[in-house]
Amino acid sequence: MSFLTGNNMTGGYGAADILHDCTIGVEKGEIAVVVGPNGAGKSTAMKALFGMLDLRQGEVLIGGENITSLTPQDRVTRGMGFVPQTSNVFTTMSVEENLEMGAFIRQDDIRGTMNQVYDLFPILKEKRRQPAGELSGGQRQQVAVGRALMTQPEVLMLDEPTAGVSPIVMDELFDRIIEIARTGIAVLMVEQNAKQALQIADKGYVLVQGANRYTDTGAALLANPDVRKAFLGG
Amino acid sequence: MNFLNAITLIGNYLFIPGLTYGCQLALGALGVTLIYAILRYSNFAHGETMAFGTMVTIFATWGLQKLGVSLGPLPTALIAMPVGILMTVVLCLVSDRVVYRYHRKQRSDPVIFLIASIGVMFLYNGLIRFVIGPDDQIFTDGERFIITAREFKTLTGLKEGLAFKTTQGITIVVTAVIVAALFWFLNKTRTGKSMRAYSDNEDLALLSGINPDRVVMVAWILTAALATIAGTLYGLDKSFKPFTYLQILLPIFAAAIVGGIGSPVGAIAGGFVIAFSEVAVTFAYRKFVSYLAPESWQPDGLLQLLSTDYKFAVSFSILVIVLLVRPTGIFRGRSI
Repeated sequence: MSFLTGNNMTGGYGAADILHDCTIGVEKGEIAVVVGPNGAGKSTAMKALFGMLDLRQGEVLIGGENITSLTPQDRVTRGMGFVPQTSNVFTTMSVEENLEMGAFIRQDDIRGTMNQVYDLFPILKEKRRQPAGELSGGQRQQVAVGRALMTQPEVLMLDEPTAGVSPIVMDELFDRIIEIARTGIAVLMVEQNAKQALQIADKGYVLVQGANRYTDTGAALLANPDVRKAFLGG
Repeated sequence: MNFLNAITLIGNYLFIPGLTYGCQLALGALGVTLIYAILRYSNFAHGETMAFGTMVTIFATWGLQKLGVSLGPLPTALIAMPVGILMTVVLCLVSDRVVYRYHRKQRSDPVIFLIASIGVMFLYNGLIRFVIGPDDQIFTDGERFIITAREFKTLTGLKEGLAFKTTQGITIVVTAVIVAALFWFLNKTRTGKSMRAYSDNEDLALLSGINPDRVVMVAWILTAALATIAGTLYGLDKSFKPFTYLQILLPIFAAAIVGGIGSPVGAIAGGFVIAFSEVAVTFAYRKFVSYLAPESWQPDGLLQLLSTDYKFAVSFSILVIVLLVRPTGIFRGRSI
């Protein structure tokens, strides 16, 4: 039983189910990566964990506590942070205001956390007065991750954090994500760049048509010839 | 000397009235733009909200006058305004609870909100005529002028006079204070920032734990206050007649859209653009030219581009041009 687990999740947006008996979990201080072909239900699985989707069957547990019926907002207060794939920053607000809004539910002093985010992403400190909408794609993703970190979450969920950024920026982002995991946060991410993502993953999930196909450590999945052939391009 | 006379003439008939009217439009447009930014629809009931706030302020003014309270040279309405604001806040919150909240829960289209707001407009409209009647009410008291045309003439020795009414001065000062306070609120306070965040990206704001009900409530409170202040200033400057508040809705919308709807800076800029255009296009330039041009060039006509009856056409021409050329408005609001 992992720290955050979605057990046997079945459900979808309308009448048809997208997820079929899907199980995903992540341990504190580890990185779990969900990969799979387009339309495999990767993002849907993540949304299900975050409560943006009604489950017909299955449950979501955090630290052993059942949170299946909680709204996304309530899950934020239970220590979950979520970075959506698109529209994940307040474009008209400055970088610093984005971080402040990330910490909206906190009543205590947020400056310490803000400095931690700036230490992790030094470029954000430099650009803290600029509107987030004026930043490059990679910098925006940093703002988005920083915003989610402001609640001091125990679990950080990232929906395709490297979508649309260059390979160099992607490596850089992955390095930062490893750093985040080292601080004891559980990191769960959905990725298109399966090969690179699995390289940094402690645990990997290969989904096909909303169901678990392969589940193993990142290294083992990379070494598995079937997985390589079918999902990683040889 | 002729040059100074010409400048004074423009100042008296064009600049000061334009500036005053611009302030009134800007305050009105700010209310429209706030509702658009937070609730995402065009609130057609805004003109009547202004009229309602003014009406309550007028009753409070009369009450204060009966009690013998006055502000000396300033209009009593200034101290009566908080009562108007309070009642208008109540009215807006009740309307939101009864009408708009249902549509928020239903996630209705903006056009349904808009039509609902037209219904609310007619309701307010009837309510106002039922309570205070359709007639003109003059509720200005205190000193009428800061400087009269005659005083100005004797002071400067110019042929042209420059009159500056107390209500004009109050309009400009109050607008400056209110706008500064509003921008401070939106940019510096936690609640203000959360409103901007909600306007920018509703889903992300929800993920960040911003409470939408609270944001909507604060938006209504601000809008009610802005509407009452704008309406009272307009009523002090001209006079209070319910019908004119229905008419003023049109230039207010033009101002909000020209500036970029959803953008507070745009609302203010749009207010002045519309006001100055209306005044400048309907101004008769004959006397102005006669001061500057040699005698033989004296024009025969009034040199007036449009009769004042057409002043609403001016704001709408600008509106049409802006929507064609730059649909998001001067300050890049949302496109409608």
